[in-house]
Amino acid sequence: MKALLIRGGRVIDPASGLDAPRDVLLRDGKVAAIEKPEQIRAKDAEHFDAKGLIVAPGLIDIHVHLREPGQGYKETIATGTAAAAAGGFTSVCAMPNTIPVNDTPKTTLWMQAPERGASAKVYPIGAATRGSLGEALTDYAALKDAGAVAVTDDGRPILGDAIMLEALRAAAAVGLPVIQHAEDTRLTGGCSMNAGALAFRLGLRGMSVEAESGLVERDIALVRQVKNAHLHVAHLSTKKALDAVRAARKSGLHVTCEVTPHHFALTEERVAHYDTNAKMNPPLRGESDRAAMIEGLLDGTIDAIATDHAPHAAHEKEQEFDRAPNGITGLESALGLAISILHVRHRMPLGKVLALVSSRPAQTLGLAGRGSLAVGSPADVAVFDPEEKWVFRAADSRSRSKNTPFDGWEMQGRVKLTVSEGRIVFRR
Amino acid sequence: MAQTRATIRKPQKLSGPSFFQQPIHPLSAISIGDFSVAEVRRTLESADALEKEDPLRRAKRLAKRRVALLFYEASTRTRTSFELAAKALGADTTLVSSLSSSIEKGESLKDTGITLKALGAECIILRSPYSGGPYVLARATGLPVLNAGDGMAEHPSQALLDLRTMLQFLGKRARAIGEKCLRGVTITICGDILHSRVARSNALLLPRLGAKLILCGPPALLPETAAAIAPGISIERDFDAALRRSRIVMMLRIQAERLAGLELNADEYRARYQANAERMTAHAPQALVMHPGPIIRGMEITSEVADGPVSGIAQQVANGVPVRMALVARALGAAKGGRQ
Repeated sequence: MKALLIRGGRVIDPASGLDAPRDVLLRDGKVAAIEKPEQIRAKDAEHFDAKGLIVAPGLIDIHVHLREPGQGYKETIATGTAAAAAGGFTSVCAMPNTIPVNDTPKTTLWMQAPERGASAKVYPIGAATRGSLGEALTDYAALKDAGAVAVTDDGRPILGDAIMLEALRAAAAVGLPVIQHAEDTRLTGGCSMNAGALAFRLGLRGMSVEAESGLVERDIALVRQVKNAHLHVAHLSTKKALDAVRAARKSGLHVTCEVTPHHFALTEERVAHYDTNAKMNPPLRGESDRAAMIEGLLDGTIDAIATDHAPHAAHEKEQEFDRAPNGITGLESALGLAISILHVRHRMPLGKVLALVSSRPAQTLGLAGRGSLAVGSPADVAVFDPEEKWVFRAADSRSRSKNTPFDGWEMQGRVKLTVSEGRIVFRR
Repeated sequence: MAQTRATIRKPQKLSGPSFFQQPIHPLSAISIGDFSVAEVRRTLESADALEKEDPLRRAKRLAKRRVALLFYEASTRTRTSFELAAKALGADTTLVSSLSSSIEKGESLKDTGITLKALGAECIILRSPYSGGPYVLARATGLPVLNAGDGMAEHPSQALLDLRTMLQFLGKRARAIGEKCLRGVTITICGDILHSRVARSNALLLPRLGAKLILCGPPALLPETAAAIAPGISIERDFDAALRRSRIVMMLRIQAERLAGLELNADEYRARYQANAERMTAHAPQALVMHPGPIIRGMEITSEVADGPVSGIAQQVANGVPVRMALVARALGAAKGGRQ
């Protein structure tokens, strides 16, 4: 692998607080040197001119669905990570709702095998219970040894108090977070969007805010009972749940959370014409909840932006709203949305935006060495133009699926180069 | 047998407008909210004209044109009247229902629509158990789609025939339809509002014509958010109080098939919300009583009221054919005054 010298860019490394013009040398899959411009001599290295561009640690998405094993028609690990690379992501955490469910070290290892052809580091997340059926715990120690970085039954929330408590205890014992998709499914049967006046008008059944916040509150109460427990709330979407997380943190509990770009970019109005490319779970909420997500990102309560990248085939989405599956793709639009909305519109400094997709998610799920440009860490780098305005086209996506509500959106901030462990995986 | 020459086109670029950006045919009738007041007036004027027209002449309007009825739910009134309406205009109709077609084999709505279009259908009348289903069909086919009821969402032809019934009761003509034509008229819709597409379509139409609309029912079947569907709507839990203010009352059936675990005490419901002779005599003896059907006698309405002198129920059914003639003619560009 040829060394790569990224020259003339503005390096922003939220992990160290560095924000300055620097040249970055990547060699043997590691960050070899970061120096002031023109200080590094590397004749053997390929040079990349990053003038006018931001050089950042490779982005990290702690919530993606890569659909392998089992649903290669929606996405494969190869296509999903190719989309990740195009979006500047070099590490992705893959949810276990595959077929079969990833509840064994064998599947966990299979997902990380070189044969998968991944363009980014894949961190599997193991199922919290066998088959994600909510009955018997999986072997957390063995899953961790095989490379799992958390456990969850994402999409099939753990409702029983006893089993959730057991999961928190077992995970704490081996140092893994438990990720909960916070939805009390006893309250959301047949629901396909946010509850409220719009759902009534559209004749669709709505999921209440309380179906999310109630489970978050229950989980927090359980965390109190377990020493060293770490609860991570997936794709939080309501102010009420966010307030619960904020309060839990203040009281010293290890509770973290993530929010998706669509929950800070869109409201339920986007489904007003039954567009299933805006159907996901949790659903798009009202404006006050959307504003609360922005608030939580600005004040630091939210630890990470995660896409919940959930590819589905066109024939699955081109159906009646109630019949179409939940989920949208997100890897290639995330950075553009974060810059356009958080940085441009809400004046969040770029370093803070980048922290939400690099150092902070790495810290949240304990992804050692990732999300940082420290010398010696894996050579994961994203280079992007923070000023370039461009139009996101679903048809141009590297993902096997095109189910996005952002098709045709003008965004600011475009990825130019992605390097994963020293290898150029995307270049525009 | 005549040979048909297949035209083989070059593979199209896959990056065209996505499915959800496909246009909806403008002569579709999917939501009554898409009809301007002027379009409502024209449609009911057309219904009047078509009803009066000589049947032989009328049957030339859509002679041999193909109209498909695609019904994923059981229906008596709506299906029959749409079919009679299309036939009265001379169209060839075909009925595809969930019990006798590839729908049962798992064919998607999109594929069924494409199939009907390939068979020559120029307009599809759809009843779907799913809210928003007609949009899928309209996007998939590009054809005008007439919504014969979709899930809990809408039933626009019912709202139009209900309006016709109300105007007849009030002694007004279609020509008079405008933003004030129902000014001073209070209408109560009572019953299972939550699950009712008829209630939604009426709520999206009547206030735009100046009517005051009262929704009445228990909280489980009528959430407070219902009043936000359009301006000019209020909620009244006391049926007697609502009746005292109303010139027209529309009763709705409890949709047992959509209750989804919701439990109701039938005796209590009857006591509070049933349209029976005592209640009507005491609070609204002159009011027109309507019901979109099917009626559950003895539940939301008693036989005395349903069959009584103030009942408009049979008139509603009768109005189905002319109103649906107007919608089918409109969809195929053959409305009275339009091309023949």
